[in-house]
Amino acid sequence: MNCKKCTIKAVIGLPRHNAAFCKACFNEFVLEQVTRAIKGERMFGRDDRILVAVSGGKDSLALWDILLKLGYKADALYVDLGIPGYSTKSREKAQRFADGVARTHEAKLLIHKVEEEEGAGIRELADLIHRPTCSTCGTIKRYQFNRAAVEQHYDVMATGHNLDDEASRLLGNVLHWQEEYLDKQGPSLPASVEGFAKKVKPLYRLSEREVAAYSVLNRIDYIVDECPMAKGSKMLLYKDVLNRLETESPGTKQAFYCGFLEKQARAPRQGSGQAQPAPASMAEKDRATLHPCATCSQPTTAEICSYCKMMARAKAGSTR
Amino acid sequence: MKVHLSHPERQVEVRGPKRVKDLLRDLNLIMEAHLVIRGDDLVTEDELLKDEDQVEIRPVISGGS
Repeated sequence: MNCKKCTIKAVIGLPRHNAAFCKACFNEFVLEQVTRAIKGERMFGRDDRILVAVSGGKDSLALWDILLKLGYKADALYVDLGIPGYSTKSREKAQRFADGVARTHEAKLLIHKVEEEEGAGIRELADLIHRPTCSTCGTIKRYQFNRAAVEQHYDVMATGHNLDDEASRLLGNVLHWQEEYLDKQGPSLPASVEGFAKKVKPLYRLSEREVAAYSVLNRIDYIVDECPMAKGSKMLLYKDVLNRLETESPGTKQAFYCGFLEKQARAPRQGSGQAQPAPASMAEKDRATLHPCATCSQPTTAEICSYCKMMARAKAGSTR
Repeated sequence: MKVHLSHPERQVEVRGPKRVKDLLRDLNLIMEAHLVIRGDDLVTEDELLKDEDQVEIRPVISGGS
């Protein structure tokens, strides 16, 4: 198989694009896709300060690498969840990338340790509040990344979510008709209210395999082990189903997710002059429903945000 | 050839020569969820792997919430 652009031996085939690329042309393809995502979704500009949420995995480290190569000002935050063995190893990967690559671009890595801040690691917290570990982890990470971005005056927070992440999440939401979550499925979420950082997903045009290939080809040392807490997660099942469909019919994941985004963009908004009453935009809905948490001041629909409620329950549980 | 697999980590011996796509099919793995690495290099699905090759089949899918 030869490179579609320069005809030398290819290192990767991309059936959904009916293409194959050598290393140099593949890197060019990846940077083009990310640039298209950033510009097309108006994610950020040259002067913006970006905070990348890194985990030590392939997606977030590849994202940090790509943004630095494209000349953006991107620091990163690693949230240490205290998962025995796994957190130490993944933190080391993030630190190694920061020391070896990011430092040469004058970018820095921030580290937050959940155990130091809250007195317990993720497994203990999930046990104390009787919630699945992955959902506890999601709440903690969303809270920590948003707070750090807002408090340290970053213009935007970027995560390494790829096409597979977004398509599988969409599949899960559609299978259970969780329409209320569909608004938040876009690759660029505005800072709709005071206390919410703008959130973007610059890798949404690249499949998980393409991001992994970029990491391998560019010698990014990432944690290959699966998080021990994710075993049996529904997302893994949805990704497997979508990859089986993709194998039979290349382009399925992209058609599913990007088709959804196109439909969402075409949906009429309030004040658009349409005869039918139209749904409010996400920012309008946020402004109507969110207010500061009574404990920490971060935006929430309740009196106390889910993170503060979770920590209060964990503290009550640990003193019993 | 020696083939290194993850999740769980293990090594299997497979007789070459064999094309990458046939190796994956024999192991019941799909290309879209894996990368095949020979030595330090990524290889495409039509590549012929030889008996003396060191091969890693690396899963690319990660999960979570």
